[in-house]
Amino acid sequence: MKLADSLKEKLGERIREINIHNERRIYLTVDVKDLLECAGILFREMDGRYIVASGADNSGSFEILYHFGFDRQGSVVSLRVLLAGKDPEVPSLSAVIPGITYIEREMWELLGIRFTGHPGLRHFLLREDWPQGNYPLRKEGATEGEKSEE
Amino acid sequence: MDIKKRAFKRSLWVYHLSGGSCNNCDIEILDCLTPRFDIERFGMVLVGSPRHADVLLCTGIVNKKCVERMREVYDQTAKPCVVVAIGACACSGGIFREGYQMAGPLEKIMPVDVYIPGCPPKPEAMIAGIVKLLEKIK
Amino acid sequence: MKNKKRVIIPIGPYHPLLEEPEFFSLYCDGETVVDVEWEAGYNHRAIEKLSESKHWDQVTFLVERICGICSTSHPFAYCNAVEDILGITVPERAKYIRSIIGEMERIHSHLLWVGLAGHFLGYNTVFMWAWKYRETILDMFEMITGNRNHYAMFRIGGVRRDIEDGDIPSLRKVLGEMEGKLEMLTRAVLDDPVLAVRLKGVGVLTRRDIKDFGAVGPVARASGVDFDVRKDDPYAAYPLVKWKVITTGNGDVFDKAVVRLLETFESVSIIRQCLDAIEGKKGEIENQVREVPAGQGIGRHEAPRGECFHYVRSDGANSPVRHKIRAPSYVNIPTFKASCTGQTISDVAIILAGVDPCYCCTERVAVYDAGNKKKLYGFPELVEMSRKKTERIIKGEMK
Repeated sequence: MKLADSLKEKLGERIREINIHNERRIYLTVDVKDLLECAGILFREMDGRYIVASGADNSGSFEILYHFGFDRQGSVVSLRVLLAGKDPEVPSLSAVIPGITYIEREMWELLGIRFTGHPGLRHFLLREDWPQGNYPLRKEGATEGEKSEE
Repeated sequence: MDIKKRAFKRSLWVYHLSGGSCNNCDIEILDCLTPRFDIERFGMVLVGSPRHADVLLCTGIVNKKCVERMREVYDQTAKPCVVVAIGACACSGGIFREGYQMAGPLEKIMPVDVYIPGCPPKPEAMIAGIVKLLEKIK
Repeated sequence: MKNKKRVIIPIGPYHPLLEEPEFFSLYCDGETVVDVEWEAGYNHRAIEKLSESKHWDQVTFLVERICGICSTSHPFAYCNAVEDILGITVPERAKYIRSIIGEMERIHSHLLWVGLAGHFLGYNTVFMWAWKYRETILDMFEMITGNRNHYAMFRIGGVRRDIEDGDIPSLRKVLGEMEGKLEMLTRAVLDDPVLAVRLKGVGVLTRRDIKDFGAVGPVARASGVDFDVRKDDPYAAYPLVKWKVITTGNGDVFDKAVVRLLETFESVSIIRQCLDAIEGKKGEIENQVREVPAGQGIGRHEAPRGECFHYVRSDGANSPVRHKIRAPSYVNIPTFKASCTGQTISDVAIILAGVDPCYCCTERVAVYDAGNKKKLYGFPELVEMSRKKTERIIKGEMK
């Protein structure tokens, strides 16, 4: 069975949108409330390999892509959640995927996405005393005042 | 003969300090130690502690997280010491100049005596730079 | 953390010998490590953000400077990602040239690792030899691309420079010599009884650990996970040549070394086949790309350390709107949590080295006792401990 079909079968109704870029690159959009469950299915049940997650600022709203590798099929499946508002919040996947804690800390400090239930949301890449509310990867006003003084 | 001259007259001990580099310069520094380039023939030895060092070889942009640590290492280095900025990043910030993590370039953090530009500078360039420095001190 | 015997040993961020600063805290119970914490950022250079302000073509130069050892892996993955957005393939000659550069890099990177691993164990001869052999590969890079590192060979749609027919004989000669040296080095490492005692059963990663942390590359392959992007998601010339994925099953540092050493032979064979395919022929080396349409793309490349992953999003303008980079060490380093736990402190240096992170950085190790007594260890001491253990084994004091 093709990967896209088995994804549709396993995730069923929870898929809001499926974008098959090509056979090896599949993007799925799910709701935030279904995220934990979907990630669990992809990671444990379908034995996807956790690659990484990437957050993005869509000017006003945010989104996170969780990338999973399905190496038998040579495919990457990206699970997308859309987050509204300036102060987004999303459940942490650290209970499902032990290795994901670092990238969640990174997204928290660089984009300001809060992960509920994360075991230790501390600074990872930036200094401990990095000014609060300054999220460098956000599109607006992020690096202002932080540019190295010339 | 003043103390500085005497300190630098013979074998120079170098300490390598990376401040957020792509580690290419760092590898080229290590390359200098291996059989092809072998800087030990000039009496230079890489040492494990800044307290033993005469020369600090610094690479990288100096990012905001390690800037204090770098200052600390500089303070620990026995004076007089010579600071060498190796690579485009340490000299000017290079391609990372505009980034939000940039705290350098190196000359803002500590006084720099020698600049060796390049991305990365070839081991020959580093050796040439340091030998020139030796001449200058003498 | 109430256990009064538990001590915290910070490693890093500065280290006298090696590349990048990085910080680890080892939680120890006596000699035994019970937990590891990793803190990064001493090398964070805001590349993902900078990438959003650079032109598509300029980004290849930027990502090249993520890492000096695998400086072709990131442009490789980035170009794959942008080509995924564009939906194009590169000309056949460019595919071969890309693979040649990628595999040459693998050889020099693995040799670099072998040298450093030897250095940590107190086998400085291995360090000097491996790095000496590596020089010839760098010479070849200089001949083909014009620089020893940061080759700038890649561009979106192809490669920047051709490999001239005149360069091929000397490349073949170096490969021939290299094979002999690699064989000698491999046999020396595999037959050494001391290395076997020192490395076998040390820092074991099980398949479950690999799955949990998502580890990739030689680290995963040493634990029997046969994932290799070159095979599983073929790109460039890898589907056009014959080679095999090296896997072993024990997951310890010894197996990681075996995988790396054997991989270099595969790389030599891949380069030879690619050279056969391009020698004496002419051909296009790039497809002109005028603009990048809106869309998103994922590019992967099997870097020497494992899968390098780039996610790029375009809105049709001159530069990416989002560029996510995941280097292989990002998922390999957290495996320390599994591999260091239960090991002794003197083994930590080689376990950290065994993963080949872009690298170990142990300057100052302070042991905090429960009674607030403080003792300072330095990286030299840690390496010294590692070397002394090797000596003890040589003398037959330890089994």
